[in-house]
Amino acid sequence: MKPTKVTNSIRALRFAHGEMKQADLASAVGVTRQTLITIEQGKYSPSLEVAFRIARVFKVSLEEVFQYPEEETT
Amino acid sequence: MAFEEKRAWSMAIIAVVGYAVYVLVILGRAAGRPLAEVPYASTALWTIGIGIVAGILSGIWAGIASREEGLQVDERDREIGRFGEYVGQSFVVIGGVSAMVLAMAEVAHFWIANVLYLCFVLSAVLGSVTKIVAYRRGLQ
Repeated sequence: MKPTKVTNSIRALRFAHGEMKQADLASAVGVTRQTLITIEQGKYSPSLEVAFRIARVFKVSLEEVFQYPEEETT
Repeated sequence: MAFEEKRAWSMAIIAVVGYAVYVLVILGRAAGRPLAEVPYASTALWTIGIGIVAGILSGIWAGIASREEGLQVDERDREIGRFGEYVGQSFVVIGGVSAMVLAMAEVAHFWIANVLYLCFVLSAVLGSVTKIVAYRRGLQ
């Protein structure tokens, strides 16, 4: 399967927040560590609800966590 | 490995092993005579029964093996579960339609029962493999 077009800055944000562990972030968001890993690797696009919860943990806006590149116009 | 992924692996293995045992017993019993004359009902029932019991026991094993990581099921597990069931469901429909066609053609009960059994097994295997692939490679 192709990786999702949605990219994210979760890894950078975790390190910027005292090198937060994946398990701690997963627990704060309410998902399993495996799910958080797949989100971070761009293999799974979370629901909007989970995306907002991740942004809320880092106290940033949604677009600072997840990015969706502009479609190329021909 | 996630709790639900362990369960998908065990379901795939149980379905394949259970059906393989059934096929080997039936082929061994045939001993040269036509397959449709081979008694199959009791073997089908006990392999299905053992499969159900093994499925329950493997669920308990998966729970015990995953107790360190926790038994939490989240939205990704639910999505993968639904996707696997959706893909596996296709073989239930194929089995049902095939059995109906065989019944209309008044084919021996042996073949009707066996096409249903085979499609149930393929449904379980395909559904489990789909879940395993989704866990390993991601779900988009």
